[in-house]
Amino acid sequence: MPAKYDKEHFRKHSLPTPFYPRLAELLQDSSWKSWKGYLSAGYFENVEIEYFAIRNACSVMDLSPMCKYRISGQDAEAFLNRMVTRDMSKLKPGRVGYSVWCNDQGKVIDDGTVFRFDENTYRLCAYERQYEWLMISSAGFDVDISEETEAVAALSVQGPTSFAVLSKMGLSGIETLKPFGIMHFPYHGSELMVSRTGFTADLGYELWVESAKALTLWDELFEAGKHHGIRAIGTGALDIARIEAGFIQAADDFTPANHTIRKDHDRSPLELGLGWLVHLDKPNFTGRRALIREKDKGSRYRFVKLDIDGNKPAHASYIFHGHKKKAGVVTSAVWSPTCKKNIAFASLEVARDHPLDDLWAEVYYQRELQWSRAWQRCRVHDAPFWNPPRRRATPPGLF
Amino acid sequence: MTDRYDVLIIGAGHNGLVCAAYLAKAGRKVLVLERSDQPGGAAITREFAPGFKVSACAHILHMLQPKVVRDLNLKAHGLDLSGPSIDTISLAEDGNHLTIRPQSIEGAQLNEADKAAYVAFIKRMERFAKTLAPQLLKTPPRLASAGFRNAMKLAGMGWDIRFGLGKKRMRDFLRIIGMNIHDLLDEVFESEALKGALALDAVLGTAMEPRMPGTVLTYLYRLAGGLKSTPTLPMGGMGSVTAALADAATSFGAEIRTAAPVERVLLEGGRAVGIVLAGGKELRAPSVISNADPKTTFLKLVGARNLEAGLAHRIGNLRASGRAAKLHMVLNSLPDFTGLRQDALGNRLVIAPSRKYLERAFNHSKYGEFSDAPAIEITLPSIADPSLAPAGKHVLSAIVQYAPYDLKGGWDAQRDAFVERLVDVISAYAPDFRDKMTAVECLTPVDIEREFGMTGGHWHHGELALDQMFMMRPTYGTAQYRTPINGLYLCGAGAHPGGGVMGAAGHNAAHAIIAGDR
Repeated sequence: MPAKYDKEHFRKHSLPTPFYPRLAELLQDSSWKSWKGYLSAGYFENVEIEYFAIRNACSVMDLSPMCKYRISGQDAEAFLNRMVTRDMSKLKPGRVGYSVWCNDQGKVIDDGTVFRFDENTYRLCAYERQYEWLMISSAGFDVDISEETEAVAALSVQGPTSFAVLSKMGLSGIETLKPFGIMHFPYHGSELMVSRTGFTADLGYELWVESAKALTLWDELFEAGKHHGIRAIGTGALDIARIEAGFIQAADDFTPANHTIRKDHDRSPLELGLGWLVHLDKPNFTGRRALIREKDKGSRYRFVKLDIDGNKPAHASYIFHGHKKKAGVVTSAVWSPTCKKNIAFASLEVARDHPLDDLWAEVYYQRELQWSRAWQRCRVHDAPFWNPPRRRATPPGLF
Repeated sequence: MTDRYDVLIIGAGHNGLVCAAYLAKAGRKVLVLERSDQPGGAAITREFAPGFKVSACAHILHMLQPKVVRDLNLKAHGLDLSGPSIDTISLAEDGNHLTIRPQSIEGAQLNEADKAAYVAFIKRMERFAKTLAPQLLKTPPRLASAGFRNAMKLAGMGWDIRFGLGKKRMRDFLRIIGMNIHDLLDEVFESEALKGALALDAVLGTAMEPRMPGTVLTYLYRLAGGLKSTPTLPMGGMGSVTAALADAATSFGAEIRTAAPVERVLLEGGRAVGIVLAGGKELRAPSVISNADPKTTFLKLVGARNLEAGLAHRIGNLRASGRAAKLHMVLNSLPDFTGLRQDALGNRLVIAPSRKYLERAFNHSKYGEFSDAPAIEITLPSIADPSLAPAGKHVLSAIVQYAPYDLKGGWDAQRDAFVERLVDVISAYAPDFRDKMTAVECLTPVDIEREFGMTGGHWHHGELALDQMFMMRPTYGTAQYRTPINGLYLCGAGAHPGGGVMGAAGHNAAHAIIAGDR
């Protein structure tokens, strides 16, 4: 548990993050949102402008509310390998891996990233609080698990000029950092950790420091970026970018299994298009037996990325097969400003061999309070909508 | 390896032997592996002093299922049910004892109203027990599965309660089933001595006291298990029952290997494919059945990391902390209990003079202490069975409650003080008791765990309470004898319907396995 709390913390609806003073200065119309109990900006000025900072310049987002856990001990690898679906024995020290973890029934509890610092030390970053599940999963393993959400402040620095900004900050050697790599830099008597990770499918980094150094980091970063179009962004802009990138979001694209009450309202990783993360050939992990059965019997749902005609986002639309038969529902939708496409994720209730060539979305939209409805053809899109070479180039380009 | 087995059974306790016998009878090649030098598990007769023997744990036979006796032809294999049927005598310090028989009560200055109420009460409880009894020999339904067979099982249970009992009795049943025995007895009886003695039956072997909800259920459960038999002291001790079971199992072709402790279950690709003996020898078979308690089976023999996290968590949380100790004594001659005729000493003598007495005894255990004035169930089996002691001498076998597993300061430092307390308590009813006793053995839950491998020293392999019964025993997801690990099954007291020398869990497990293979 966190070492100390302000005793009055419970009186506040949401807690400020270590970057709060800077966020509050920039926030134009108090678009505060609660992100797992922390104040987080929906946007500062304008969602579109902030979105274009991700794709055309350098965006900075406060990532501190992300739930962070330190896992250490001689069984740390075995413990994580038993918890998540991906083979963690393949994750080397200094690397980051994305994965999901399931309950006994093979349904996704959450997704997140696993940072391997050294042989026996990891950080798990998750959208949902995971302390209880980590403790439950730790029975029989020699591991220490501690919550470090409060102690660690984090910024996501994403966009084509992000490398130039970090170079200017004096992070020498950053040009060698490959995607999903980790580097450590001395930082004002403490340490700055940089990982080449993000939720945007663009060139980008995540910066991690102890909370006491948060404002220093913010100020130095913005000073370094002032000629590179640096801009603070909120969650609204990120949501557009992550759909373009093809990344699902807990609580939007699936209900975490520990929160579902109704039968069949949860999702397995196979039902979320994450079969590539499920390594059934590794030793036992929670959900493995259920996932083997699911592979054998077939899944209830199919996750698809859709390119939809028209320009009205298909928010919460029903998807039909051949105009008649209901096939599923849209879970995330947005107009992609960069791809110039009307894109969406959908969860379909069709068998795995069912053809997906005649899908239609029933899109409702409003103009001056008048509702309209349009039938729009949907095409299944296998690759991410946005996946530029600069995302992977090492050394990255100096845009 | 030359031996090919269809089934390996871990533990030759009575349920393991019953399961082995049924499976061997059905044509399976069965090998039972027992860690100690003789089969029987905790249901053995054991020499505790040179020439003196007693049943090591359970000492009264009242729940052994008649169907098991019949199916396995146990009488032909040496099962001797000719032991004396015994009554319960609830001792009073002033010698005004209460005698409880299945159909009548007397003594303790009972009034006529209580005597009549007792007959009606037992009739009423037995009617309810009869509704529960058929469930003992059935695999519990799966709640999560909507399959036809499950639906029929649930419907069957509902039907028995609604139409088997009729509207009036169903209402009564549903009203009392979650109640505590303390309040139910207040509705029926006046005599506190009678209430104390009946309340003991509801809490014996549990970690409960009479005011706890669920104690009516444990009382009914005890009645249901022994519905068709009268309490008997097994001739030759409880070991004679398991000897008959072992004989039956081997006659059907099962093999029993003693001094063969299993270290772990052998897993391949998440499936149980055999076992590894201490020392490293591997034995393989398509089915592995564990008669060990659920915590031992899942957390030690399989290992938490080979399970789903949720199941491992639930198994870890099972309530299995024993609070009953076993007392064995050598007596130079029979003690003189105040007001009790010598020829009544062969009965079941209980010290539970009131419900408050039981509550106070329990209170200590809540705080990690042993009871200052424990409740005791005493038998003197050598009176009817001279094989247990040299001529003229006797053995005493008693179950003592409450002796918590997690005693503050540990048992090794306090066992002697506890025995002293027990002698004092018994001496209040038999003043010459201390002069008669010589050798003493006291098996606390810690000793029972050490000697018989039962986690927490709990005789039932886990508390018998509503949250750990039927389709929740030991926990959901593994309550139908089959575990989530393919090829691994449970057949012990940790599975439905629980402990007591009943043989029901072993019977049910064997049938679930035979049915599953079809």
